[in-house]
Formats: sequence, C-alpha cells, structure tokens
Amino acid sequence: MKVAIEARDVHKWFGEGDARTYAVKGVSFDAYFGELLYVVGPSGSGKTTMLSMISGILRPDQGQVRIDGTDIWSLPDDDLADFRLHKIGFVFQDFHLFPRLTTLENVAVPLILQERPWDDALAEARRDLDVVGLGHRADLPPVKLSGGEQQRVAIARALVSRPEILILDEPTASLDGDTGRTILEFIRREILTEQRCIVIVTHDSRIFDFADRIVQMEDGRLKSIERETLDAQ
Amino acid sequence: MPGTLRIAYKLLVNDRAKYGALLVGITFAVFLMIEMTSLFSGVLARSSATVRNIGASIWVMDPAVQTVANSIPLPDYVLDEVRSIPGVAFAVPLYSGSALLKLSDGTYQAANVMGLDDTSLFGRPALTEGKIEDVFAENGFIAVKDSEFYKLGNPRIGAEFELNDNRGVIVGIAKVASSGLFGVPTLYTTYSRALQYIPSLRFTSSYLLVEPKSPADIAAIKARVKEIGYLALTKDEFIAQISNFYKFHTGIGTNMLIMTAISFIIGLSISGQTFYTFIIENIEKFGALKAIGAKGRDLVLMILFQAGFVSLTGFGLGVGLCALAIWTARLYLPDYAAIITGLNLVLAFLMVLIIAGASSYFGVRKVLTIEPFDIFRG
Ligand SMILES: Nc1ncnc2c1ncn2[C@@H]1O[C@H](COP(=O)(O)OP(=O)(O)OP(=O)(O)O)[C@@H](O)[C@H]1O
Ligand SMILES: [Mg+2]
Repeated sequence: MKVAIEARDVHKWFGEGDARTYAVKGVSFDAYFGELLYVVGPSGSGKTTMLSMISGILRPDQGQVRIDGTDIWSLPDDDLADFRLHKIGFVFQDFHLFPRLTTLENVAVPLILQERPWDDALAEARRDLDVVGLGHRADLPPVKLSGGEQQRVAIARALVSRPEILILDEPTASLDGDTGRTILEFIRREILTEQRCIVIVTHDSRIFDFADRIVQMEDGRLKSIERETLDAQ
Repeated sequence: MPGTLRIAYKLLVNDRAKYGALLVGITFAVFLMIEMTSLFSGVLARSSATVRNIGASIWVMDPAVQTVANSIPLPDYVLDEVRSIPGVAFAVPLYSGSALLKLSDGTYQAANVMGLDDTSLFGRPALTEGKIEDVFAENGFIAVKDSEFYKLGNPRIGAEFELNDNRGVIVGIAKVASSGLFGVPTLYTTYSRALQYIPSLRFTSSYLLVEPKSPADIAAIKARVKEIGYLALTKDEFIAQISNFYKFHTGIGTNMLIMTAISFIIGLSISGQTFYTFIIENIEKFGALKAIGAKGRDLVLMILFQAGFVSLTGFGLGVGLCALAIWTARLYLPDYAAIITGLNLVLAFLMVLIIAGASSYFGVRKVLTIEPFDIFRG
C-alpha cells in the first residue's frame, strides 16, 4: 500500500519555559491510501492538535509531516494554502459553514477559491450535494438544516475539490447514534477509494467497526494501534 | 467579478442588520459632511453675488475694501485716471448702496440699490418683464426677482413705493444669477437717480467697472491703478478675496471647518467601528476560508471589496439624501443658501475613502493574524 501521510516525531507545545505544556509529544505514524484510519483518545489528549498539524493548518514546533511525499511544513505560506486547497479536505468539529451563503454555495467555496468560474463551481458542487443526499436543500441557508444535514454539507464541501486526504474531526459528535452510523456507512461506501486516505477523530465507540485501523492518543502521545484493545472496551 | 469577491459580497449584503448599520453610519457621515460644506459654499457664493451679477471684468476699488457690500467711495478723479490708461476699453462708475423703502402697503423694507452708469447701463441685469429703456423714465426702478423678491410684496410693473420721500416705480423685473447673502431685495436704477434719491458723501462712486481692450492689458491696468493708490481686481480675484474674507476673517469659516471635522470624525468612528465589528463577528468565517486554502491576498481583497462596496453605496445614499434635504429646505425657505459643488463631493469622497481605508486596515490586520486552529478548537 502507498503511504499517504507520514508523521515523524511531531511535537506541539504551548507556553514557554516552566509554563510549557505539550499538546502533542513526539507522534509518529503512517496512513495509507485506501485506508480509513481512526484516531481515538480522551478529551484533551491532542487529537485536534495533531490533525491540524497533518492537514497543514497548525505548524508543528518539531517534527515533519509528509503528504504523498511532500514535506508540507517546508512549503511557503501561499503554496501550503494551495496544497490544502487542492489536496486536503477538512471537516471541522463544529462544521463552520457560512450562514450567509446557500447550502450549495457553501459546498462550492473550495472550487471558488480555486478560481473556477462561479457557474461551473456551483454545478460541480451540486453533484456532491446530490452525493450526500441533499440536492433538494441546495438553496436553503445551512441554518435551516438539521445537525446531521449540516454535517453532510460539511462533508460535501470537504470532498468537492476531490482531495486525496480527507480529515474529519468528531463527525458524529453532534449526531444521534443512527445518524452517525449512516454517515460513516456512507463515507466508507461512497467516499473511500484506493486513491484516498481518510482520517477520522472520534470518541464514538458505536462507529468503531467502520475503521480499517485505529490509533489511540493519550496525553499527546500515540499509545497503541491495536483494534482489539478498543473492541474490548 | 471573481468568485471570491462574490462570496465577500454575499457575506456582507446577506447580513442585513450589519449591512444596514454600516450603510446608515456612512450615509450619515457623508450627509453631514456634504451638508456642512454645501452650506459654506452657498454662503460664499452669495457673498459675492453682486460681483457675479454685474459681471464686469475688472473692478477698481479702495484697497481697504473687504467685501462687495462694504464699498468705500472713490474720488471722481480716479475715473478720469482709469479712463486714460491705454489698455482700458471703457470704464464706468457703479453706485452700490442701501436705502429704506416704504412699500405701497405702508411697511418699511431695506433694499440694495445699484446705480448703473447712465450712458451705458453697463452691468444691467437681464429683464424678464418690461424694457430696459424705461429705467430712464421718471422714477424708474428695476426689481430683481431673486429669493428676496417677495419682501418687496412681489411687485408687478407699475408698482409704486417711496424711497427717502421720493416716489419710485417698478418699470421692469430682472433675473440674476445669484441671490445675495444679506436677505435684502435689490433694485437697479441709473447712477444719477441713485445719487439723487439717496443721500451720499462727497465721493459717490462705489466701484469703477472696467473692460480691458484685451485680456493681455489686464496686468498693465492693475499696475497703473496701483500707482494711483487704488486696487484693481479681476472678477475672479474679487470673488476670491470676498470668499477669503468670510473664510478667514469671520467666525463662519472656522465654525464650518470645525463642523466638517466633527462630521468627519463621527463618520469615521461610527463606520470604522461598525466595520471592524463586522470583521470581528465574521472572523470565524475568515478563519474557515483560510483553513480551506484561501491565501492572504484573497482575504485582503475580500475585505477591501466589502469596505469599498459599503462605502461607495453609503456615499451615493449620503449625496442623494443631502440633495433631497437641500431641495426640501428650499421649498420652505427660499433664502436657504446651500450648493453642492464638485469640490464638496470630492472632499466627501476623500473622506469616504479614508473611512474605508482605515476600517479595512484594521480588519485586514486582524484577519491576517488569525490562526484557524484557535477558532476551531472553540
Ligand atoms: N492555544 C492553546 N494554548 C494552550 N493550550 C492549548 C492550546 N491549544 C490546545 N491546547 C491544549 O492542548 C491539549 C490538546 O488539545 P486538543 O484540542 O488537541 O485535544 P482533543 O484531543 O482534540 O480534545 P477533544 O476530544 O476535547 O476535542 C489540551 O490540553 C489543550 O488544552
Ligand atoms: Mg478535538
């Protein structure tokens, strides 16, 4: 299998001197194309921080991140922004949709930032909105949608630029169990391909069975990558 | 329009409440600023109404004259001297004074009386009723139909009045380019009748009106007039001198300046503050755009566009509102002196540009320094 993400000895700390605390402390792992990888761990263990570093949003204080062979943190700011725009889709913990845009426009935002013509971008976004089953909600503002629907809009927005890496932070946290499972089923079936690597942070043991592999974080370190230990919990 | 700007537009305009607040702030500032400067322009234009209405190219006066209304009589020899200057085509005296009229209904009314040179009637106004020759008839006066006309009782041709126990008859109605500042109506008559009806000092000419043979002669005429101890100003110089007097030697100019500065500061703080709040409240959106892959340049353009758009819209509304306010004021107060000049608009526009620039400067600084990560962790 081809390596999609290589994290090597990644550190992030906050504060300096005696006040320095580590959010992520020497994490290394590989994730592969065609794989759906879970990151689990207690609250405050550094999951969001670690995902932000591998997706080019937060600069590590130490260590390297390679995505499909590119050392992303050695790129100049604008190139890194372009890299995120074209290669990485990120679904934020709280969605962060744009309330003043329609659902369809929300999905089209990454394409518009890629300077695609407005109408093309919207047409393409409509395809992905159909994929997540929300074509009939295209013209509504996102606040009119339910939590699960908003989650799917956020997924459609992360997917629209066909990124190789898709990162989802707690995609089911605000959803009930059934909706969570439906979304994970959908991601597994429709979104995961051999050319794509998906990393999901979750607390939600109800959806563990969709993962290919699970890594566990604790106190900023990667503790185990055993599935069985989790299944036993 | 690039897609990012279209997004910026929607983020701005679809937020009705904040967009409305921004527009109100800028519109109000522009309105205040244009209203103030227009009032000032109106006052200035009126202060030199006589100079504009008479229309002579060169005015000869005592060097101590500051405004057209406060003339200082010239000795008769000055007229002979000026007429003998080689570049002068002709020179005539002008009488300008005030008189108390007793109208036919028995009320008293102060008026300006302009006495035009008997032979040439140089500087005469355009008549809308009556014939100019009738001014030579016994007791003939021409009434000017400006914003003060009603104070004469809206006279028709043939209307009579008394001027210092002399009978006067309206023989013509004239229109002029500009109304005066002092709220009194104006009558034109001949120079000799003005002297006859109005008690005068030993010297009688208020001004000498001079036409040069060619514009090239003006410099020599001015120099020669100066040699004999008097002052010759072209029409534009005289207007500028009067304006400067009101700007710098009366309280009007300073007060207008202070009011304009205050409206500028109010406008800047209201709109700047509202726009900055708008950016702060949208900071999460800018953070999300940044995380998705928007470059710093994209975000800067979006903010500049938003600031520019709201400012220009506010400018348009402010100008419109001001024009409407002046128009409405005129309906009720014919004397209302305010004109929106090109310069007023340019000044207000510069102010709007400064407001937009300052507001977006702080917004841009904020947006460029946000860490999307800090926002997403909540
Ligand atoms: N800007 C910051 N300043 C100080 N400490 C921070 C900062 N950002 C994160 N941390 C700390 O880093 C640690 C890891 O935070 P992180 O958000 O990555 O945890 P998490 O595993 O995603 O938790 P959760 O499951 O609650 O989302 C926490 O202890 C947090 O307080
Ligand atoms: Mg988290």
